[in-house]
Amino acid sequence: MPLAFLDSFSGAFDFIFSQRESFGGGTQVGGLGQVGELMLEHLKVSGIALAVSLALALPLGLLLGHRGTGELFAIAAGNAGRAIPELALIALLVAFVGTGTLNVAVALAVLGIPPILTNTFVGVHQVDREAVEAARGMGMSERQIAVRVELPLAAPTIMTGVRTAAINIIATATIAPLAGVLTLGDFILARNVYGDEGVLAGAILVALLALTVELTLAAVQWALTPRGVRLQRTQVSA
Amino acid sequence: MRDHPRLRVLALIAAFALILGIAACGDDEGDGGGGDTSASLIEENPDNNGIAITVGSKNFDEQFVLGEIYAQGLEAAGYDVSKDLNLGDESIAFKALGDGEIDAYPEYTSTILTSIFEIPPEDVPADAQQAFDESQGEFEQLGLVAYPPTPFSSANAVGLLTDTADELGVSTISDLEGKSQDLVLAGSPECRQRIDCLLGLEQNYGLEFKEFTPVDIGLRYEVLDNGDADLSILFTTDPQLFTDPDTYTVLEDDKGVLPAGNVLFVARQETVDEAGDDFGTTVESVQENLTLEVMQELNARVTEDKEKPEDVAHDYLVEFGYVE
Repeated sequence: MPLAFLDSFSGAFDFIFSQRESFGGGTQVGGLGQVGELMLEHLKVSGIALAVSLALALPLGLLLGHRGTGELFAIAAGNAGRAIPELALIALLVAFVGTGTLNVAVALAVLGIPPILTNTFVGVHQVDREAVEAARGMGMSERQIAVRVELPLAAPTIMTGVRTAAINIIATATIAPLAGVLTLGDFILARNVYGDEGVLAGAILVALLALTVELTLAAVQWALTPRGVRLQRTQVSA
Repeated sequence: MRDHPRLRVLALIAAFALILGIAACGDDEGDGGGGDTSASLIEENPDNNGIAITVGSKNFDEQFVLGEIYAQGLEAAGYDVSKDLNLGDESIAFKALGDGEIDAYPEYTSTILTSIFEIPPEDVPADAQQAFDESQGEFEQLGLVAYPPTPFSSANAVGLLTDTADELGVSTISDLEGKSQDLVLAGSPECRQRIDCLLGLEQNYGLEFKEFTPVDIGLRYEVLDNGDADLSILFTTDPQLFTDPDTYTVLEDDKGVLPAGNVLFVARQETVDEAGDDFGTTVESVQENLTLEVMQELNARVTEDKEKPEDVAHDYLVEFGYVE
């Protein structure tokens, strides 16, 4: 049995790297050309979705966190967001709004908003009050405090939310082919075209994509973390 | 239509409606008529008591109804029937059959021949009886018995709004020639690369579409209703074609590219041997009145009216005099 498992893995990699006849016959599928095409679309729809979530959740979380109000809302939205069945959401969207990249991106953004909103709120809310008071004492306006003091200090926490959002979105974009957008999920959904090896290849590709994005964002997170905070952390852990 | 801020707002409203758990669903539809023809009451045979038979089915409404009809029919004949409906797609159902988890389940001819026996779709006979006759050997090899096809056939079909059909002046798939390049076709993601779907339309009819939009199979009518697609891949047994015959038009497959899928009840040889003659007699008798119209109506009652497949199947058996 373990050998059979390895077998299907090598079959999946073969699917990724070279074209083959489709399961039902009549056309060529798989290979780097198709993989690249679907991956690009996957990244595109996920990228738009993440951008939409950021544009909506970041300012709102910053505002609420700065004021220290709406905690219930920020946390409840985060929890509710986790409970949305995305398949139902996409079905609903297609039925009432239509298919296509933008509509699917909006549906996926609904998944990205909660972690960003919650983490932004928590991150900003937890910024050292003394730092905020000091900034106020220096004559900074509330807006300046939020953008120049609280936002950078909360950046690591916010980025953790962004990473969660990105992973949620990329993983869920696998069902986009059900709403008119051909992502890597096509390999998984159309088994009787790509065969079992194609399905496995699709799963591997989505996992790799999610990992790559996760690592990239982790690097971004590190870069965005203010040097002072980074030093503080090293000292704590040391 | 793609880049409309209003749509995004609408989308968000829809999303939040979902968060709040507003699932407003209301439709009421009167039941259709139906005739009562041949009365062939199934007699209970005490010899069959204690013979356990598990009937399976795949995971959609029509399969639930079919599974229930066969199961309840066999039960009436005295068998000890249990049901394992909702098995997933054909590969799962067929594996369950091979492993003996189930003893029998209804499957479409075209599906068996292409997906299980791996016969190229272009070699599958359009005539169900012929397909059935020719595939006897394959069933035997696998230790399976297939019963003759049902009267109805469920096939992929190219459908569109009747308004659109009138506008374009089309009634067959061939009529789409010279027009298809301006039309958007929707179908399940796999349709794109299947010879009994988009690929066949392109290769055998020589059609080229403006765009192919992959959608979830459950949305095949929505995409027509909301204008996302001009054409959509439908199934001939769809309840919508029964309840809304004037709204939708199905184009005639004049070149026979979309193979017909009459249903075969497939059982394990062992089960058949053990169960005796009543098994086959009951199966063949109980499916006799399953015409396209009847099947559409039964599907409509489950899909549209949200009746239980169990009750719908029972009503069918009563209506045609199989049970009292």
